[in-house]
This record gives sequence, structure tokens and C-alpha cells, in this order.
Amino acid sequence: MSNISRDDVANLAKLARIDMSADELDHLSNELSVILDAVARVQEVAAADVPPTSHPLPLKNVFREDEVRPSLTPEESLSGAPASEEQRFKVPQILGEEQ
Amino acid sequence: MALKYEDVIAKYEPVLGLEVHVELGTESKMFCGCNTVFGAAPNTQTCPVCLGLPGSLPVVNGKAIEYTIAIGLALNCSIAPFSRFARKNYFYPDMPKNFQTSQYDEPICVNGYLDVTIETEEGPKDFRIEIERVHMEEDTGKSLHMGGATGRIHGADYSLLDYNRAGIPLVEIVTKVVTGTGKYAPEVARAYVSELRDILRGLGVSDVKMEQGSLRCDANVSLRPIGVEKLGTRSETKNVNSLRSVERAVRGEMIRHAELLNKGEKVIQETRHFHEDTGLTTPGRSKEQAEDYRYFPEPDLVPVAPSIEMIEKIRASLPEKPSVRRKKLQEAWQVPDKEMAAMVNADVLDQVEATVKLGTDPTRARGWWLGEIARIANEKGVSAGELPINASDVAEIVGLIEKGELTDKLARQVVEGVINGEGKPAEIIKNRGIQVVSDDSSLMAAIEKAIAAQPDVAEKVRGGHVPAAGALIGAVMKETKGQADAAKVRELLLKHLGQA
Amino acid sequence: MIKSSATQMAAALAKGEVSSLELTQLHLDQISKVDSQVNAFLFVDTEGALEQAKQVDAKRQKGEKLSPLAGVPLALKDVMTQKGVPTTCGSKMLEGWRPPYDSTVVTRLKENGVVILGKTNMDEFAMGSSTENSAYGPTHNPWDLTRIPGGSGGGSSAALAAFEAPLAIGTDTGGSIRQPAAVTGTVGVKPTYGGVSRYGLVAFSSSLDQAGPCARTVLDAAYLHEAIGGYDKLDSTSINAPIPPVVAAAKDGNVKGMKIGVIKELQGDGYQPGVLELFNQSLELLAAQGAEIVEVSCKYFDYALAAYYLIAPSECSSNLARFDAMRYGIRVGEGSAEEVMNKTRQVGFGREVKRRIILGTYALSSGYYDAYYGSAQKVRTLISRDFENAFQQADVLVSPTAPTTAFKIGEKANDPIAMYLNDIATIPTNLAGIGGMSLPSGLAKEDGLPAGFQIMAPAMQDDRMYKAGAALEAALLTKWGKPILDSAPVLGAK
Repeated sequence: MSNISRDDVANLAKLARIDMSADELDHLSNELSVILDAVARVQEVAAADVPPTSHPLPLKNVFREDEVRPSLTPEESLSGAPASEEQRFKVPQILGEEQ
Repeated sequence: MALKYEDVIAKYEPVLGLEVHVELGTESKMFCGCNTVFGAAPNTQTCPVCLGLPGSLPVVNGKAIEYTIAIGLALNCSIAPFSRFARKNYFYPDMPKNFQTSQYDEPICVNGYLDVTIETEEGPKDFRIEIERVHMEEDTGKSLHMGGATGRIHGADYSLLDYNRAGIPLVEIVTKVVTGTGKYAPEVARAYVSELRDILRGLGVSDVKMEQGSLRCDANVSLRPIGVEKLGTRSETKNVNSLRSVERAVRGEMIRHAELLNKGEKVIQETRHFHEDTGLTTPGRSKEQAEDYRYFPEPDLVPVAPSIEMIEKIRASLPEKPSVRRKKLQEAWQVPDKEMAAMVNADVLDQVEATVKLGTDPTRARGWWLGEIARIANEKGVSAGELPINASDVAEIVGLIEKGELTDKLARQVVEGVINGEGKPAEIIKNRGIQVVSDDSSLMAAIEKAIAAQPDVAEKVRGGHVPAAGALIGAVMKETKGQADAAKVRELLLKHLGQA
Repeated sequence: MIKSSATQMAAALAKGEVSSLELTQLHLDQISKVDSQVNAFLFVDTEGALEQAKQVDAKRQKGEKLSPLAGVPLALKDVMTQKGVPTTCGSKMLEGWRPPYDSTVVTRLKENGVVILGKTNMDEFAMGSSTENSAYGPTHNPWDLTRIPGGSGGGSSAALAAFEAPLAIGTDTGGSIRQPAAVTGTVGVKPTYGGVSRYGLVAFSSSLDQAGPCARTVLDAAYLHEAIGGYDKLDSTSINAPIPPVVAAAKDGNVKGMKIGVIKELQGDGYQPGVLELFNQSLELLAAQGAEIVEVSCKYFDYALAAYYLIAPSECSSNLARFDAMRYGIRVGEGSAEEVMNKTRQVGFGREVKRRIILGTYALSSGYYDAYYGSAQKVRTLISRDFENAFQQADVLVSPTAPTTAFKIGEKANDPIAMYLNDIATIPTNLAGIGGMSLPSGLAKEDGLPAGFQIMAPAMQDDRMYKAGAALEAALLTKWGKPILDSAPVLGAK
């Protein structure tokens, strides 16, 4: 039985940047435990000699020519912005560090 | 009172790790066709892909792959027969998708090395820096932090984002742990970045301008007591934007770590920011929890599997290595090691070479680039290559000196004029009214005047004390506002005083 | 007229019996009449559609050469970007967003003169099997308005079944085209992965998502498939090869000598008896036309659902990270960028989306990656091998599309696992990247509701599905004497 605690879910929510309510955390920790039990079955057959598949088709080396293509106009780029100023996206103060 | 560097190295051994990010000089971005020109108006070089708009998809710029392989080959790396892009997941407003398309456990180039030489009081010393990996990723957008007092991120009221830089191809070059440099660690770090920059420039894959951020270095530094095997805790210093800063940052961190360790305190594993003005580092905001980037293979991009044919084609097109080129130039110009090192340090090798190619004598070319021009560059806090003076200006000026149309002193005025943007040498000479006074009669008038002003000195010279003539020559030069040829003045003066 | 097939409408347009403007207006009228009951559309682009129709009519008058579907109206799933037209993906997060660019599918529809009527309802970000997860209310199944129309593309299929459009675009990550087709008595095709460009398809799970045609007949689907399919240099995973000859195959419809493999693992327990009965009758009809029916085993299919519910949430946790209130979409709350992001994502995403994001974040996190995401990728390999083996014994593989007919709205809302089981038969093809089609097999004896027959073909052999599908469709039409949708209740009568 997988056991995902409320704290585990709270940490995941933090990583996923979702401000979950206490109720949601409780509810989701129960649901996730059940779902994880169901999906953990994959481990039964995932033997070491089976290669993983990340892409359904075996394509490789798909490249584009290094050519400049038209960009959007700044108006188009900013058209969906909740706020903008000086032709830039305006966002609330950023607390974290650049990485 | 800060600890002395000698005391640090007497007790501890520094261990380095250097991560260099290079913006590739492709015409278009890594995954879309937007332009990459530096300094465009905000958000004019953006599209659905580099803005991360819902539904958009990346397609790899083939040129970026070629450039990366070229870098790997120049750094003696193995090129992976199969490599993939991965998503590095974290949230940050300058990153439109909130994941960076990067490479994780399958980089395109691995296991290389780069040899560097530094000048020491005991002569040149060689170090081999081992390269762990060279991989591809994309740059982020740029934020302007508004309001608040400082314009810095902390205390700003809000930020403005420009995504022109987002998606510009970046290559990250990561060294293995660098040990055995001892007291030379700061110089070795600098020499590594300098050599790397020369290689990248030679390959033509980047404009490698540290001050514009197209080449950025993060320096990991740790100390361990001499004789101890176990590595100490490292700090990662970011924002190191010049060769000089690389050296200063490493030395500064070594001293800071040693002070902590001497007090029995612990070095914290953290990101630190280097400040050009003070030469010191300050801590970044400490993270509440270790980042978990949840890397996984980028499903929107297919694997890169360069053929042997493709790799060999790139290998065949690689230019000469900077170290080989330097050796050739040194032999051709007959320059002593020390002078050669000085040119490399001042970063004027390209300029000297270009000037010599225009027919200038190597010694004279070197003299100007390493002398007056380097001095002005130093004053302005830029490199000589960034000043608005080029090889043909210098060649022209040297030519005029050789023809006797300029004295060294006048030539310095012309150099200054070119750098001030007053035009080409010929225009400056014309506009400033610079000309060598070679007319004997006007020189003689000045000589008579000087003798009249200092009769006792003239008497000494007449009496055979030739060195005393210097005071008279100086007076003549002053009188003619430096436009006279000093050798000519000397000749006329000594003749006049019966000493020729 | 609106009950005709798209092919019939195209013929009438070509002959000048009707103009595109008239045809478009007829559909807009039908939407006005019935969509308050069905809720298939999130946005009806009346002006844009009429304008497009006029342009096609003008070109036709000038005698320009037009593509087969020129002037025929279509409903577009709201997960596809269309420049200047609201695109919400059924989420509150994107309320009011008008993308500044066209998806490749939309570009090709426009090039083909297909008239886009508007955007159809869907489970939020295509996560669901019932269209109940839309932030804009559920879509109702035209066969029984108290029931679900399938999902995530319930809006597109319901629009077809309610005669609001003769063609629609869907996207299929684990069955979102085929399962809605099955429960609404329509046709839906998930082409081979890479067969239709994903550029402009708002990603749910990038390695599984595939756009495809929805229609009322196999031939209509084939025409639409040809219009939207083919290589696109804007999508790195697009296949650089000609579109398989799907229209020719649908016209041919000859299964003589074709080997049809029945997948043993996709029947039995959990399948509604009436659904299985219709499936077996369909097999008999195919056999009667000369197809050879064989049984094949795909033993790892039992693990497909588990693998899917690790891979799709993992990819979605990353794909949906971009919805952060900084560049587009809604912005909720005050304070720092971080606080605003957290608040917006809390309010903007619905329950199912959050559940999957959290599940995916877990499956990718360090220490769990190998056990969950890594193992799921291995299962993916095993499922592809199962298919490879099966296709050595058969030209196409078949199964019921969904285990049951449409269930009641709300019935499974609180049981995610039961909901996930709807996709048990459709998911394997997404994991392997091959094509799958669903077409009606009849009305189940228990409830008189439509059931679906699924046909699967190897990668880039999509024409085989169309050939077998057309054969079955023709045999069933002969048997019933009329199209299945003629049995659906008439809507809009107050």
C-alpha cells in the first residue's frame, strides 16, 4: 500500500506551484495513495533488460536550417499579457533567485 | 583584517570547478526562427515558440548542433553517438515554459581536456583542465526590476520581462574537479577561461563578449586542508563577467573560505554573486529545500545521433588551435616568452597580428598595442579590442613615424584622437594641425632662445658635459609644443655648441 | 441537408445546389436551436465562419480549383489554437485568451477552404473521458441528454451527433477521439503519431497526443484526414512521408483476404455484454465479406493503463507549468510573482488537472523516477512489442472501443479509477504510437445506446483501418437500412 502523506502532497504542490487548501491536501493524499497502488503494477514487468521508450517512433536528427523567420509583432506577443509596460511583460515582484 | 593569501595557501589546497555558458552566434534561436541580434527593442524577437505559448513546439537549429560538436572536438571531447534533450523543470518568470530545454544524462560531448599555461616567477607552468561535458541548452529572458531603491531584484516593486534573449542557444562547458593548482588556482581559472574564449573565438561559434553576457563563468571553489583527500564544501560564484573577475573571484572565495575554516565555522554550500566594484561575493537567497528539477527526456524533440561522417566533416573544418597559432606567431615575430604572455594577457594578439599583416614591423606593432593603446584601454576599464581603433589605424600611424612625419609623442596624440572618435589618422593630423617641426631655421630660433634662457647649462655643454644638453633639448621641445623631432633638435644643438 | 455526410455536402456545393454561405448558416441555425441542450460549443464564430464561407463561394464562382472539402463546415476542439479566436482548452486558466497564431491543423483547414464554425467543449486540457471536467459545464450526449458524450473530445463528437457540424477535429491522448465517437454513434480516427502535426495543439502529454478527424462516416473522416495530415516542419515529431492513401482505402472498402486479429485481452470482464455482442456481430459481418478472423494475444496490455497514468501525468506536469499568470491567461491574487503563480494555478486549474499534475510531479521526482516514470517507459516498450507480434499475425487488430456505452453524468465523478477504465482499450495504441479508429457497431441491447468498434493498424498503415472500417460501415448500413444517427432522438423540440 503506497502511503502518500498530507505533507508529501503539500511538498509536491509546492514544487508544482499550486496553493492547495487543507481540504484538498487531505483529499488528494487519499486519492493518490489509491492511484499509486494501481499504477505501481508497472514495476512487476519493468525488467532491467527492457529498454525504456520515450518517443513512440524511432525518429532522430530532425533539424531546422539556421534561418531567421518573421517574429510576432510586439503587440501580438504581448496581446495575452495580464499586464504590460514599456513593451515588456509586467509581473509582480520576483522573490526567488535566478538559476 | 583579512587573511593574507599566503596564509591561505600555506594551510589549504584549493579545488576548482568551472562552468562556462556560451551564447552561440547562430543567426536564429535554438528552437525557433527568431533573430538573435543583441540590443533589439524589447519583445521584437519573440514568437509562439520562444514565448512558450500554449501549443507551440521546438525544432532544433542544426547549426547549433554543428557548433556544439565543433566546441567538443576543439576541447578533445568524445562526441556521443546518441544524445537527447531533457526538460529541467523549475518555475521562474524569465523562463517562458517553466522548464528549460537542456541536456541531462545524455550530453552531446563528454570527457575532454584543455591545456593552459600560466607565467609564474619560476617560468611558464602547464596545467591540464579536464572537461566533463559540453551540452546544449537555451537562454532565458531578461528582467528589469522596477521601483524600490536599487533597481536590483530585492526590494523591487515589480519586474518587466523581455524575452528577446529567451531561446538563444547556449552551450555549457563543465570541467571536472580541478586539483593540483595550489597557489596558482586564481591564475589557472583565469587562464582556462581566457584559453577557452580564444578557442571559441577561433571557431567562430560565438562573439564571446563577457561584458555582454555571451560568455559567462560560474566558479565553484572549495578548500581542503593540505594532505586531506576529502573535498571541502564548495560555493558557486555567479555573475563573473571578465577575465580579471574570474581571478579575483576565485582568490576572494579562497580567502573567505579559509577565514571561515580557521574560525572553525562551516562553509555553506550556496550560490554567491560576485560584485565587480568590491571584488567580493554576497550570498544568494538560500533555498528552502534542495531543488528537484524532475529531469525527463524532452518528448517534443527527437534524439540527436550525429553520424561519423558529420563529425569528421566538422573536425576537418576546425581552425588551428590558439596554442599552436601562438607558437607560430612567437617564432615569426621572434618575441620572448614574457612579451608573448603580456600580449595574451592584454588580449591584443589578434590586433598585433592584423597590424603586422599590413606590413608593420612586429616590434613596433606590439609596442603600440601593448603600450599606449593598452594603457588607454586599462584606464577605460575595457579591453584593447573594444576600443574604436583598428589594425589599419595603427599601421598608418607607424608608417607616418617611419617616414618622419610623426614623432612618437605626436603619434600618441593621433592614437588618442582615433580612440576619441575624431576620425582616421590623416584627418586627425589635419584637423589638429599636427606636424613635425623640421624646418632648421625655426628650430635654431628655439635653440637660441633656450641657450639664452639657460646660459650656465649651455656653458657646461660647451665644456664637454654633453648629458647636460637634455635640459636644453627639453626646453626646445616645450617651445615647439612637441612638434619637433627630438633627435634633430639634439643634433642641431650639439653642433651649435661645438660638440658634434 | 444538415443530416447529409460531408462528402454529400461537398458534392452539392460542387454542383452549385447549395452555397457554402447557405450551408454554414444552416449549421449555425442548428447550433442556435440545439446547443443550449447539448453544450457542444464553447465559442461560435458566426462572423468568421460566414466570412470564410463567402470567400469559398467567391472562389468557386471564379472557377478556382478547390479542395474536396471546400465550403464544408467543421467544429474545432478548443485545444487547437486559431488566431484571434478564444482558445480555452476547457479551462478557466485560459479564459479570454486569443492566441496570436494558427495551429498547423487550422492553417491546413483554411487552405482547404473548410469553414470553422467554432470551438468545441472538452475536458479541461483534454484530461478526462466524459467532458464533465470542463470549466464551462459538461456536454450532453445527444442520444440521452442525461449522459456523457465521452471525453475529452465530447464537444466535437456531440456536435456531429446533433448535426451541428458534419466534421470535427479531435485530439486523442488515450482515447479522446475514439471513445467519444463510440458513445455518440460517430466515427473518430487517431492517426499514427506524427501523422498530423501537433503544432498549435495545446499539449497534454506530448508523446501521446495526436490530432485527428471526427465525422459521421468513414469516408468523411478520410477526406478530413487527408486535409489536415502530412509532414510539418514546425513539429519535430512529424513524420516526413506521404499521407497513407486513406481516401482511396475508404472508397475501396474491400476486406477480402484481410486478416483481422481480435485482441484476447480487450474483451471479457468489465465489458458490457451488449457492447461485446455488437462487437461479435461486426466480426461476423467482416468475415462474411471475406476477412479472416484470428485471435491474437497482447499480454502486456494489462499494464497499459498503469503505464499511461504515469506517463501522461508526468508529461502534463511539465507541459502545464507554463500556465503561471505571467504572459497570458488569467492572473489571480496579490503579492509576489510566486504568490500570484500559486494562487492562479490553484484557482485556474480544476480538480482532475491538479490531481494529474501532482501525480506527475511525484512520478518524476528524484528517488521515484525509476520506479514510476522509468518503469512506465519500459512497459511502453513491451506494449509496442506486443503490437509488433500481433501485426505479424494480422493486418489490423480490433476490439470494442470502450467497455460500456455512455454512462450518466456524475456517475463516476468521484471515482477516478473507474473513470480511467473507460480508456482501457484505446490507450495501448497511444503508447505504441500507432493508428486507431472507432466506428459505430450498433445500439446495445441493454440501453439502446451506441457502441464502438475499434480498428488498429501499424504505424503509417492508417489506410488499412479505413479499408476495414468502410467495409464494416457498408455492411451495417445494409443491415440497418439507415445511418445509426437516424435513430437518435430529435433535439430542439420544446
